Amino acid sequence: MKRRKERIDRGIKARSEDIFALSSFREMAYLLLPRALPVLGLLCFIPLLSAYWREVFISTATYALLAISWDMLICAGLVSLGQSLFYGIGSYIAGILNHYWHWSPLLTIPAATLTGGLLCTILLLPVLRLRGIYFAMVTLVLPLMLGRLVEATRILGGTEGLTGLDPFPSQLTAFYVVQLGLLATLFGFRRIIGSDYGLIIRGINDNDRSVMSAGLNIYWYKAQVLFMGASVGSFTGAVGTHLDMFAGMPGFSLDYSIMPVAAAVVGGMGTFAGPVLGAFILVPMSEILRALGALRIVFYGLFLVIFVTALPEGLFHYIQRKYHQFERWVEVEK
Amino acid sequence: MFLGSLIYGFINSAILALLAMGFNLTFGISGVANFAYGAIYILSGFLCWICINSLGLPYLLCVLLSILCAVAVGILVYYLIILRVKGLALSEVMATFGLGLAIMELFRYFGFVGFRYTLPVFFDGSISIGEVFVDYQRLIIALSAMGLTAFIFIFTRYTRIGLAFRAIAQDERTALTFGIDSDFIGALSMAFGSGLGAIAAIVILPLGTIAVEGGYEVLINALAVCIVGGLGSTVGILVASVVIGFAQTFTANYLEPHWMILVSLIAIAAVLAIKPSGLFSHQKELEERI
Repeated sequence: MKRRKERIDRGIKARSEDIFALSSFREMAYLLLPRALPVLGLLCFIPLLSAYWREVFISTATYALLAISWDMLICAGLVSLGQSLFYGIGSYIAGILNHYWHWSPLLTIPAATLTGGLLCTILLLPVLRLRGIYFAMVTLVLPLMLGRLVEATRILGGTEGLTGLDPFPSQLTAFYVVQLGLLATLFGFRRIIGSDYGLIIRGINDNDRSVMSAGLNIYWYKAQVLFMGASVGSFTGAVGTHLDMFAGMPGFSLDYSIMPVAAAVVGGMGTFAGPVLGAFILVPMSEILRALGALRIVFYGLFLVIFVTALPEGLFHYIQRKYHQFERWVEVEK
Repeated sequence: MFLGSLIYGFINSAILALLAMGFNLTFGISGVANFAYGAIYILSGFLCWICINSLGLPYLLCVLLSILCAVAVGILVYYLIILRVKGLALSEVMATFGLGLAIMELFRYFGFVGFRYTLPVFFDGSISIGEVFVDYQRLIIALSAMGLTAFIFIFTRYTRIGLAFRAIAQDERTALTFGIDSDFIGALSMAFGSGLGAIAAIVILPLGTIAVEGGYEVLINALAVCIVGGLGSTVGILVASVVIGFAQTFTANYLEPHWMILVSLIAIAAVLAIKPSGLFSHQKELEERI
């Protein structure tokens, strides 16, 4: 007797997909709860924790933002192994504006977000024609080399970096800036990818040539995606700079490249919520494992290997499936 | 000064070619970008050090052991990890990258950091060419780079396995119809790539210390050479390493040493702007450029 697993959409999923979602509170709750609960928890519950854990969740959110930006690039088929490029450039721009011209964080963060996004897009523009691992290789090399360039030429403070930058007025302000940025990006990007415009982007990932033959300029779309991803990364860098009151070479370190990839792979690629989930698992966990020191990166690396080879769909896809569908064993028909 | 720059430029080119060869071989044959390459390089260096200093084995045995270990690691990585995600370029890159990271950081965790981690040179001493002193180790590097290039050239043209390598590289499906097992050849390509990495480590590492950061540097250098030369092309690798190697040495000697890092950056940028798939890569040009 051979059996197979059958997956069927729950009735409530079919009902709540359309205007009928408004027919009852149950359908509305089905749609709203998975979105509202994490948001409420993030904005209302976590601020009640101790200052130390608030700090942890601030850094969690920065990694989550970087992971989302990574995920945006993945949607267009661009594999980046160098999110630290975005982070580093954003942090240096905010640092320069604050250090030399004494702009307040209120201005440096938006400025760094936009100019950082633009600068990274221009830097990576020649590479956009490359696909897959070629793009990955260049993105891996670029931030490491920029870091070495700063070290070698001693510009922008060299190895010392730019120190004594303005901090946020309070920890709670920083917390809300990061979390609101995270939520806006998360829901904004999900909306963008769900729209017709997002269809083109996903089309580029699935089959770029057919998108080209539809008369669309895929490089223009890729550049736009890159700009969106890079802006989010630069925003993270700018916020991180003001948090640490420091902009320097560590911004280009491998930490900011590997962590988002690990988070996205663990959480589930291409969903934006998955990478956030991954970051909210991995970063607090690494905080608990802080005693292990350098061994943390070993764990990230192994997580990456295990999830990529054994659980390629990631956690979020799994949870989503369980929420929307039920499974049962059926006999295989002869 | 000029003669010195020429000679050291040549040696620098040889180092770059040695570093890039293994990475390029694996990629050229099985299409797997082995981002754990730097880790394997460091791994074989440390293994050799452990064999010499902790186990007290004779040097030649240590060299052989560490090369064999690297080969074994390559085969294991292929069968345990890469084979499961074969064909998914993204997953291959992330899995090997994660593995490389884990290996290198593991060494850092176990305290393999410092100046005492050095490998001995093969022969002590130096000779003078004109007025330039060159130590034997650097000569050996240049010789082994040339020797390995010749070996690869002959191997891929005149042996059955070498021809199978090229067949798989050109068209996997057609190669399958000729009875070539693509998984086995892929594993062999990983083994060869890792072995070449280990040889590079043993020849090059005596010049400095074995450091975890060196692993990242090796990967970066290998990638830079491969990007400029065009992945999968042995000629491209040689030309690229000569160009970058001489450019680096001349920059270091005539401008300032810390501008050296700019050379590969500019080379990468220029090549990407003009010919994104690299100088000598025609085989897979269409796929790369979309």
